Amino acid sequence: MNGGDIAAIFQGAIVTVALSLVGILIGLPIGLSLALIRWANVPVAARIVALYVSVLRATPLVTLLLLLFFALPNIGVPMTPISAAILGLVMNTSAFNCEVWRSALMNFPKDQYEAAQSVGMRAGQRFRRIVLPQIVRVSLPGLVNEMSLLIKVTPVLAVVGVVDITRAAVRIGAQTYEPLPPFLVAIALYAPIVFALVSLQRWIERRQIAAEALA
Amino acid sequence: MIRDFGIVWSERALLLNGLANTAILSTLSAVAALLLGFMVAPALMSKRPVISGAARVFVDGMRCVPFLLFAYIVYYGLPSLGLRLDNWTSGLAALTIYNAAYMAEILRGAWVVQPREPIEAGVAFGFSDFRLFRRIILPPLLLSAGPVIGNQMIQIIKDSAFLTIIALPELTHAASSIQSRHYIPFAAFITAVFLYWALCLVIEAGVNSIGRVAEARR
Repeated sequence: MNGGDIAAIFQGAIVTVALSLVGILIGLPIGLSLALIRWANVPVAARIVALYVSVLRATPLVTLLLLLFFALPNIGVPMTPISAAILGLVMNTSAFNCEVWRSALMNFPKDQYEAAQSVGMRAGQRFRRIVLPQIVRVSLPGLVNEMSLLIKVTPVLAVVGVVDITRAAVRIGAQTYEPLPPFLVAIALYAPIVFALVSLQRWIERRQIAAEALA
Repeated sequence: MIRDFGIVWSERALLLNGLANTAILSTLSAVAALLLGFMVAPALMSKRPVISGAARVFVDGMRCVPFLLFAYIVYYGLPSLGLRLDNWTSGLAALTIYNAAYMAEILRGAWVVQPREPIEAGVAFGFSDFRLFRRIILPPLLLSAGPVIGNQMIQIIKDSAFLTIIALPELTHAASSIQSRHYIPFAAFITAVFLYWALCLVIEAGVNSIGRVAEARR
């Protein structure tokens, strides 16, 4: 393994991080909207969302990716490895995010909502000023946990041909007949990213417990 | 479209074989990971810093490494250290060792919040260490950790799908081979998705019944 190989794995790392970020940024608001549909109990739609979340939470990302990558072109939706990767990550993470948001919404104190109604706030205002700031705080540890899980499943993207950390490492291993060193470099790249997120989650939780103890 | 599902039906033996392999693989490694977790969890709580530190490094290390990469290392990496395993052995080993770390952390979490009194009463009654563990510590521990262990089992089923990359003939691999043989990607993979869903619903039903037992015992 030479310097060029290590550079190739680093390039893969950029792809991994970029795709994870895109997945997280799109998945967060979609998860929230799905949770709102269930919370508001929109007829039919709430049922569909519940089914979607249940199926998606049970589906391995590999299977989902293969489905998207091979089946969508059949019905005329062109798919590149990158678009299949983003779609798969967003579908997967939005289902999990939906559950995190939903549990925060369910535990939201009803009296505050009614108080906002009684001072004449409109629905949009109630949500933006009263509900959202509080559920964001409650959901944060769960959402960060979800992000670290998302990064841990990204190696699967290599299956449909995305050249991420893992695929770069596999390719170098196959060329040099020495698979162990590139895999160790790959681990050295993944572990700090995930560890940073796990530490962030613990730090948020500790801060919130400390804040509650003061209150 | 109906015709495609007809083809999947004609290949049902392959698919059911894959489903059975996924179920066997997940069950075996879930049980083994739980047993290993029971050994690592006390180590995590050990008062000797060397033991608790070593256990902590193992658990946190596994939690920071993606499973697919870990499976690659066990299957492709270990042979260069002179340890060559076939795909079943390395798949099972990877799935078990990886999830043992998560199980250990789950059990530790449930263990530290257990009330002290019954354990102290057990000690006062002269229970030996093993009987104390089996009769006093274990039952409430399993009941309270049940839902989280169930979630981890669903995770194990999903992780087992990754093993398709080391050519282990599990459910996703079966769907892939049906798709490549007949070129019916939608029917093949959506069937696999629903079979995974069914497996997870079975586990959720199991967890719910454990929850009812726990409720009844309170």
